[in-house]
Formats: sequence, structure tokens, C-alpha cells
Amino acid sequence: MMEDISSHIMDIVMNSVTAEAKHISVVIEKDPRTSILGLTIADDGVGMDSETAQKVQDPFFSTKTGRKVGLGIPLLKGTAETTGGSFELTSAKGAGTTIRATFDSRHPDLPPMGNVRDTFFVLIVSHPDVDFNFHYFVDGKNFTLDTGELKRELDGVPVNHPEVISFLSKYLDEHL
Amino acid sequence: MNLEELKKIREKAQKDVELRQKQSRVRIVVGMGTSGIAAGARDVLKTFVEEVGKRNLADVIVTQTGEKGLASQEPMVEVFEEGKPAVVYGNMSPEKAKRVVVEHVVNGHPVSEFAI
Repeated sequence: MMEDISSHIMDIVMNSVTAEAKHISVVIEKDPRTSILGLTIADDGVGMDSETAQKVQDPFFSTKTGRKVGLGIPLLKGTAETTGGSFELTSAKGAGTTIRATFDSRHPDLPPMGNVRDTFFVLIVSHPDVDFNFHYFVDGKNFTLDTGELKRELDGVPVNHPEVISFLSKYLDEHL
Repeated sequence: MNLEELKKIREKAQKDVELRQKQSRVRIVVGMGTSGIAAGARDVLKTFVEEVGKRNLADVIVTQTGEKGLASQEPMVEVFEEGKPAVVYGNMSPEKAKRVVVEHVVNGHPVSEFAI
């Protein structure tokens, strides 16, 4: 089991990386009126045909042979559905994959958010070739980071350079 | 984004970027499949990345891979050192990661008690 939402995010984004995505966006937002927490992860990876897209949502679609996508999708779906939320996966071959999950943030079984800052941090610096768009709008926090923009400013210095790692670590501490 | 700060970093770093791209001396690969993440691999990865930043290890690359197929030993980490056989570490934690950085990555002595 994933102990928090930020671990779910880490896991789903790793699927996107495995699917050769070059642009991945992660949006986490909570509607203050309805208390609904929404999570949307969209990538431009290889995508799946409709049969595979169905199968990856099934925990019994085995981990045996050649499965590249782990149990992460059924785990997230399970968390969403048992906490009064919803789950939707849309994908097409060659057109990327979008996963949207919602949760009722008042539900007693909803796992904590966990450390979103660490999830964003390790994703950025361990995938220098992927551009990430992060949005976090929860409980008055309003954070946006476009690593494509960051890379343009860095002008060839990779985001996993020690100096940039230290900068990003501080930046995320201050803003998220 | 604080542009002034970024500009400084860029100027400072640009010198050793070429070197880094040609030859990373050590590559640290953390298994980040579902079971790895559930076992705490993110904190292990974070520790490696932060140590590289703090110690200014410009010739070390930290990256991730998917399932390693040995769920009972997660979090797992592989260390590839130029010209040497790869070392696989299992049941890693942030504390163990720090030791691997000091003893193996910096000083060149694999931590045999963590190896599998």
C-alpha cells in the first residue's frame, strides 16, 4: 500500500517516465467549497490502446510477464474509490495518457498528502530530460513550477548539476 | 524563480558541464517501481541527490529505474563506477545511503554489508 498521496503521485509519474514521456504535468487542487481533492497527471508518452488501458486498472492483470506498469494504477484507483472519489484513465496509442482521480478530503480513510515537495524534487532532478509542470493549489497554497522554463534559464546546465540541485532544494523549501 | 540566483549558478556551473556530460564517474540508480516506492525508495533517492548537491559531486549522476523484480529487498540501489563491476545494495534507508556516498562513491570502497 502507498502510505500517502505524494507516494501515489511518485508512482504514477514513474509510469509516465517508463512510457517515454517528455512532458508531464501534475495538478493537485482542492476545491475549498466542496472539499474535493483532485489529482490530474497527464503525459505525452506512448499511450495505450483501449484494451491495455482497461487491463492496467485491474489488480489481477498480473505482474507476471512483461508487465511494465506496476500495481500503482489499481492502488490509486482503490484509494480514490474507497474515499468517496472517482477515477478516470484516458489514453490512446501515440497520444499519451491522462489520469484523473478525485478524493473527498473529509473522508476518514483518505491517506495524508505526505511530502509533495520531496516527490517534485526527486522527479525533477532524476529526470533531467523530462519537462515537468507542477501545480499545487491546496489550502491556500498556490505553487506552480514549469521546469521547461527553468531549463531555458539554465541555458545548458543540467537540472541535476550539484549547484542546481541545491538551488532547487532551497527553492522548494521556500515556496512549497 | 529568482533569476539573479539562477544566473550565478549558470555561470559557476557552465565550466564543468562539458566534463560532466562526457564522463560521469559514478552512476547511482535507485529502483522506483511501485514496491520500491512503497518501501521508502523516494527518501533514499532524495538522500543521494542531496548528498551529491551538498558535496558538489559534479561527476556523479543519480537516476531511477522501474521494478527490479526483488520486492523483498526494496529499496534497491545500483552503483556503477567507471571500470568496476556494478554493486547492488538492498534494504536501503537514508542513513545507509549516506554511508554509501561517503565510503563507496567518494572513497571507492563498496559497503559490503549492504550489498546483495
